[in-house]
Amino acid sequence: MKQPLTIALAGNPNTGKSTLFNALTGLRQKIANYPGITVERKAGTTIIGGVLHKVIDLPGAYSLNYKKLDERIAYETLIGSYEHEDAPDLVLVVVDSSNLDRNLYLATQIMDLNLPVMLVLNMTDVAKERGIEIDPNVIAENLGIPVFAMSAKNKGDIEELKSLISEFEMEVPRPLKWVPNPTLHEAIKLVIEEWIEPCTNIPERAQNIEALRLISEGEFIGAFYKFEKAELGKRVIAKARGIIEQDGGNPMAAEVLRRYNFIGEATSKGSVQTRQNEKTLTDKIDAVVTHKVFGPMIFTFVLLLMFQAIFSWATPFMDMIDLLFVEGGNWVANTLPPGMLNDLLVDGVIAGLGGVVIFLPQIVFLFFFIYVLEGTGYMARAAFVMDGFMTKVGLHGRSVVPLMSGFACAIPGIMATRTIENWRDRIITIMVLPFMACSARLPVYALMIAAFIPATKVLGIFTLQGITFFGLYIFGIVMALVAAAVMKRFFPKGQETPFIMELPSYKMPKWSVVFHNVFERGKVFITEAGKIIVAISIVLWFLASFPKTEMPEALNGDTTEYDSSFDITENPESYQLRHSFAGKFGKIIEPAIEPLGFDWKIGIGLITSFAAREVMVGTLNTIYSIEEADDAENATLKEKLRNDINPETGEHVYSIATAISLMIFFALAMQCMSTIAIVRRETNSWKWPTAMFVYMSALAYICSLITYQIGSNL
Amino acid sequence: MASFLADIKGTGTYLVKDINGPDTTRLLEMGITPGIAIEVMRRAPLGFPIEIKVRGYLLSLRESEAKCIEVQV
Repeated sequence: MKQPLTIALAGNPNTGKSTLFNALTGLRQKIANYPGITVERKAGTTIIGGVLHKVIDLPGAYSLNYKKLDERIAYETLIGSYEHEDAPDLVLVVVDSSNLDRNLYLATQIMDLNLPVMLVLNMTDVAKERGIEIDPNVIAENLGIPVFAMSAKNKGDIEELKSLISEFEMEVPRPLKWVPNPTLHEAIKLVIEEWIEPCTNIPERAQNIEALRLISEGEFIGAFYKFEKAELGKRVIAKARGIIEQDGGNPMAAEVLRRYNFIGEATSKGSVQTRQNEKTLTDKIDAVVTHKVFGPMIFTFVLLLMFQAIFSWATPFMDMIDLLFVEGGNWVANTLPPGMLNDLLVDGVIAGLGGVVIFLPQIVFLFFFIYVLEGTGYMARAAFVMDGFMTKVGLHGRSVVPLMSGFACAIPGIMATRTIENWRDRIITIMVLPFMACSARLPVYALMIAAFIPATKVLGIFTLQGITFFGLYIFGIVMALVAAAVMKRFFPKGQETPFIMELPSYKMPKWSVVFHNVFERGKVFITEAGKIIVAISIVLWFLASFPKTEMPEALNGDTTEYDSSFDITENPESYQLRHSFAGKFGKIIEPAIEPLGFDWKIGIGLITSFAAREVMVGTLNTIYSIEEADDAENATLKEKLRNDINPETGEHVYSIATAISLMIFFALAMQCMSTIAIVRRETNSWKWPTAMFVYMSALAYICSLITYQIGSNL
Repeated sequence: MASFLADIKGTGTYLVKDINGPDTTRLLEMGITPGIAIEVMRRAPLGFPIEIKVRGYLLSLRESEAKCIEVQV
């Protein structure tokens, strides 16, 4: 075979399909989102006998009768109705040999599509360990398609598979060995002839499978094709179902049962299970890991370990990156002639890039953990253990790890929601995740608490400061759970996806796959979310730096013109910031934020901290003209905040009510452009980040308003 | 006697009698077909989901799905 082919890898999840894909393509692969949706499309190339073939790794699917977006993409790609993509020339159906019957279900469906199919019996080593002996020749004979038995661990097997692909006879007709029983056949024929043929644009190869799907579903649920005469269609489907019912069958079950009968016959002659009901290693591990008591304990320990990694282990790397960008910025600032270009490069571009790269260590650490846990099979167990609790608040067992990651940073957390298969659960998790108290809020909380919350002892061992801190964390969690429960009610249900989740056998993670995936995650973040973050950084820089205003000489060392009691020494930086667009904007929004207890100085901080929440502290430092602001305790700033007097009322600008109101605002508001950017990337639309920004800001405003109004009137 | 998997407490092995309800197709597709034996291996802390073994592999089912599975007791 000399012409280039498009080879699709199809199969159930957890069949080693991705490992095989990596083995075939090496590093010649590209991961992208399918346009308009968030299912990842993995494509690559492989060279066989000097010919370059395209390889597509389809999303894992249990059935072509799709229940999930992933499965639908797999199906649409196979029948060639996916935009800009023809049906593949050859389909390798990868199956887990230790679980042959269930895996062959999908295989028989794909065979129905009238595509050249080769069956790859993968994980034969696992099957052998379980005492399952499979004769590929007998299976091939019974199914009517070529069968190749392999283990992806074995390098020689890959080479042999490649040569089989190059020798594959495309033109040989392979009549279907499985046939529907007469009633089902009659029903299929009816639906195709009376509705699918005349009224839809379903491609010919998919007509059979679509007819089966319509019969089992009873209507056009989630139909992606164009059709007309829906009423006629419904009547025809009802009639077809009637044929099956008359024969004593259940239209929802007829196809599946017929296929399983066929598969049972095909495999009973081709495979032998020598040992029965033996406790596998997976069973033994699960006896502990999904245990009622030990399960949650182990999960807590794993979470703690992940926390440790993203909080502590990532810190040195983040400090290094920080240092690198600060030093690099300084170098550029001193090397280039001073001026606007210099400022733009240093404070806009380099600072923006630094703001992107700084997230890498946390992303890398978190995803290393996630992919190891996924690779071993533990992740599904964690979801199993937590699911009962999480469904109570409208989330999914798989929401726990992303939500907890949100304590370090919402960015990796939102990226981690990819492990949630159900779109609705995933989007709700994304939407509430930024309420988790991320580490960027820490400096703001620390400053406000140190300045305004007394260190009064409570119950002997606690201080009011510590309790406030703890309270803010709990507040974030409670808000996330409440928001999730509320959203679950209002969220369009759409096509309900069953939870039915496979708990894959435990195995050692494939390190090459782990590292490759971590690398891809980092790359996707830098290239896609990074663009947005750098762009917004430049806008924020512009707002804080323009219009350029020179501080009048006379003011040097004088107090500010804004208010006479603003007891600080003016310096050019604070003068510039206050007269910039951001400064003016802070003034403009003052009436709007006054009921929350905020003045224009906090207003400026609210705008600049959109770059990252901790920027608030730096901005306040600049406004209060504090040089050398990297004092760990923020001692100077703390004093200034405490002593700041409002000239109109003669009262302190910051009261405890203001401080708490501000902390509540930071706990709830969507003050983070990087989060916006990653939500845009992960949901593939501006709709969700916009909705997130609006609802979180509104909630923050309302809660701060209530807090301040109650607090200041006590 | 027939009973629904959701009503069964504890663990044990049962023969599937029938599948009903909204998730029928997917449960069947996952290999939970009438006549096949399923073993309830373990239960999550609040009683559900349950971990079952069917056709040699492990599956997690929520209560709503266990309600669709009629078993021989």
